[in-house]
Amino acid sequence: MKRPTLILLKIFVWLACLYPLGSLVWRAVTNNLGADPTAAISFSTGLATLRLLTISLAITPLRRLYTRLSWLVKFRRLLGLFAFFYASLHLLTYIALYAGFDLNTMATDISKRRFITMGVAAWLLLLSLAATSTTWAIRKLGGKRWDRLHKLVYVAAVCGVIHYWWQVKPGVLTPLTITVILGVLLAARPVLNWMQRRRVQSA
Amino acid sequence: MLIGKPPDIPASEITPRELCDRFFNRRRFLSGAAAIGAAALGADRLAEVFDPSIDALAGTKLQTVKSSLTTTGEELTSYQDVTTYNNFYEFGVDKSQPSQNAGSLPTRPWTVRVDGLVKKPLVFDIDALLRLRPLEDRVYRHRCVEAWSMVIPWVGYSLSEFIRQCDPLPSAKYVQFLSYFDKKIEKWQSESSIFWPYSEGLRIDEAMHPLTLLTFGLYGEVLPNQNGAPVRVVIPWKYGFKSAKSIVALRFLDKQPPTTWNDQSAREYGFYSNVNPNVDHPRWSQKSERRIGQPFYAQRRTTLIFNGYADQVASLYNGMDLRKYF
Repeated sequence: MKRPTLILLKIFVWLACLYPLGSLVWRAVTNNLGADPTAAISFSTGLATLRLLTISLAITPLRRLYTRLSWLVKFRRLLGLFAFFYASLHLLTYIALYAGFDLNTMATDISKRRFITMGVAAWLLLLSLAATSTTWAIRKLGGKRWDRLHKLVYVAAVCGVIHYWWQVKPGVLTPLTITVILGVLLAARPVLNWMQRRRVQSA
Repeated sequence: MLIGKPPDIPASEITPRELCDRFFNRRRFLSGAAAIGAAALGADRLAEVFDPSIDALAGTKLQTVKSSLTTTGEELTSYQDVTTYNNFYEFGVDKSQPSQNAGSLPTRPWTVRVDGLVKKPLVFDIDALLRLRPLEDRVYRHRCVEAWSMVIPWVGYSLSEFIRQCDPLPSAKYVQFLSYFDKKIEKWQSESSIFWPYSEGLRIDEAMHPLTLLTFGLYGEVLPNQNGAPVRVVIPWKYGFKSAKSIVALRFLDKQPPTTWNDQSAREYGFYSNVNPNVDHPRWSQKSERRIGQPFYAQRRTTLIFNGYADQVASLYNGMDLRKYF
């Protein structure tokens, strides 16, 4: 890919990733966050996290299906870091607007409420991945070990979706779409491995 | 996903002036007729023939009287928020969906069936119900189990007034409310795995408590469909889901009736579901709540036991372990 194209694409991806935040800020400033602004903020930051994680997980299967798309990997770290960014905003919304910075409330919530436990677990996983996302960390850890560590992104995504299901009322099916998409993306890996093995065998 | 607020439209612009005037004249005529007593029912029927169901229009002004049971000292939640932030899962699980989808709910003709442990089963027409007692303005705090709250000026009269007309037998210990259900109209019912129709219930003494409101309107006007038109109950000291919407039947029973959310998850939604900051929902604390319509940094407030109505209702539960019977 030519350098100007790459720069243009990077700008586009940055803008797309910043859109959920921009839209939230705009709605807050113009008093358009709806009837329950606290819920609107936590919902949109949570949804942005899950969407970005899902998109970043789509990159590997896409590259393997179409080798011409292998340049997509250049955006994976950016998407992952933005997912962590929104997860952190989501957590901050909880700390400030739900728990009111009260440590007791937070401790009770984390120990007693499984959807919060699961959410915090997902955030800690993303934190460890974000902290080791630099080129320096990759070199320090070595490619293989780094790869293995960053497989945790699957665990984080699954935790995130479980967190979503445990948060909604039993019987409410809104998390279904993202669950199905994530399920397909996770299943794509063993399926692609199997297809590759068959190709190698028949060759 | 939440959508932005459309601009406020004054009710006077929604309701054609001409309809309002006709409505008011008819009301005056009817209240005169009611004074005649026994003749009133006949006059109502006659009026119905000449002037069918103007009441049906959401947003139509209702003639109301003051009530000593109204809650004072609270800032009202805006009409906009009360009518666009709704849980009415038959019309979609998203809060903004009912206001967009509930237009198809046929609120006329409408009858309420009364059966079970009553002297004899009865059917009440909605227009007869509207005229049974003077309609009162009653401001109540409204606390959702999801930990948000509003302050809503409802219009109605105590459910006890209606129950007296139903002649329940002494063996009736509970009353069940059944909501309208038609999956051709409520196409969104499949968005959740709830067993329809929506069912709620109260112990008979709770149902007879003067605060329990048989509700026909809000903000002095006929209920918008998404708020449970044409008739619902409002029980201000219980979580909002107890206040069944769009009621088509009342059933008097000697046993606790099955209720929708309790069936869905008994661990999370008790039969009583009295607002109680000391009993957490398994998934969140009930100690505090978010007031709807406030800016995000000013929403949080402390939840009051029995939603602030303890003086009036706490005695209903004397000797009961509120942690066990949550």
